[in-house]
Amino acid sequence: MVAQNVAFWIIAIAMVLSAIGVVRTSNVVHAALYLVIVLAGAAAQYILLAAEFVAWVQVLIYIGAVVILFLFGIMLTRSPMGDLDLDNSQRMPAFVASLALVGTLTALLVDAFGNSKVVIDAPTKTSVLSSDIFRLYIVPFEAVSILLLAALVGAIVLARRD
Amino acid sequence: MILNQFLILAAVLFCIGIYGVLVRRNGVLVLMSIELMLNAVNLNLIAFSAYLKDTSGQIFVLFVITIAAAEVGVGLAIILLLFRNFRSPDLDQAQQLKG
Repeated sequence: MVAQNVAFWIIAIAMVLSAIGVVRTSNVVHAALYLVIVLAGAAAQYILLAAEFVAWVQVLIYIGAVVILFLFGIMLTRSPMGDLDLDNSQRMPAFVASLALVGTLTALLVDAFGNSKVVIDAPTKTSVLSSDIFRLYIVPFEAVSILLLAALVGAIVLARRD
Repeated sequence: MILNQFLILAAVLFCIGIYGVLVRRNGVLVLMSIELMLNAVNLNLIAFSAYLKDTSGQIFVLFVITIAAAEVGVGLAIILLLFRNFRSPDLDQAQQLKG
């Protein structure tokens, strides 16, 4: 348990610092690379919580596909690469709003869950997950595949030049 | 490990994402901040899945990841269109519908 806690805190601090990097850096490509650290940290947290299949899906889809898509987006929109001001003039109100929200959420969570422990016996078996998906959640699964198809066709229709 | 350490980490990441969405002008960076928020929610779902010993949370995370991928695809296509029409990925320039 001690080793898991140490791992949690190291990954958590890396994740929070990189997330701040995503929203603070003045270089668009650096933001994408910071995002990779946050996503990899999230995958590591999933492994700590014994959800290994989801962790690998996170690595493959988020770090493998979504970040590449972001880099393509940066390339195609020719986002300015130098040290430019990428923020609008709402920094102060946005900071106050997010700080207020994190304070409220933390107070609420501490009040609601206190010191409830997460006890992990064994990693979740991928066979259990897959039989759940194809038995209990088969209709949402099919719906989400149609949605993905529609979204990809829509993206092509939006982005093509004619 | 206590449940709250995961939930509070997720809350912090979510609020950093909100800050990014409110502050950034570049559309690609706004989409990245939205990804931060989606990841925070995923972390919540996995933490509850481990806490309640119920796999539904993990299946929901798989669905959220799929929908996030679709969202990024459509979002980047929209930002590409915006770039073609305004010659810049700056979202603050898209204000023709403003009264």
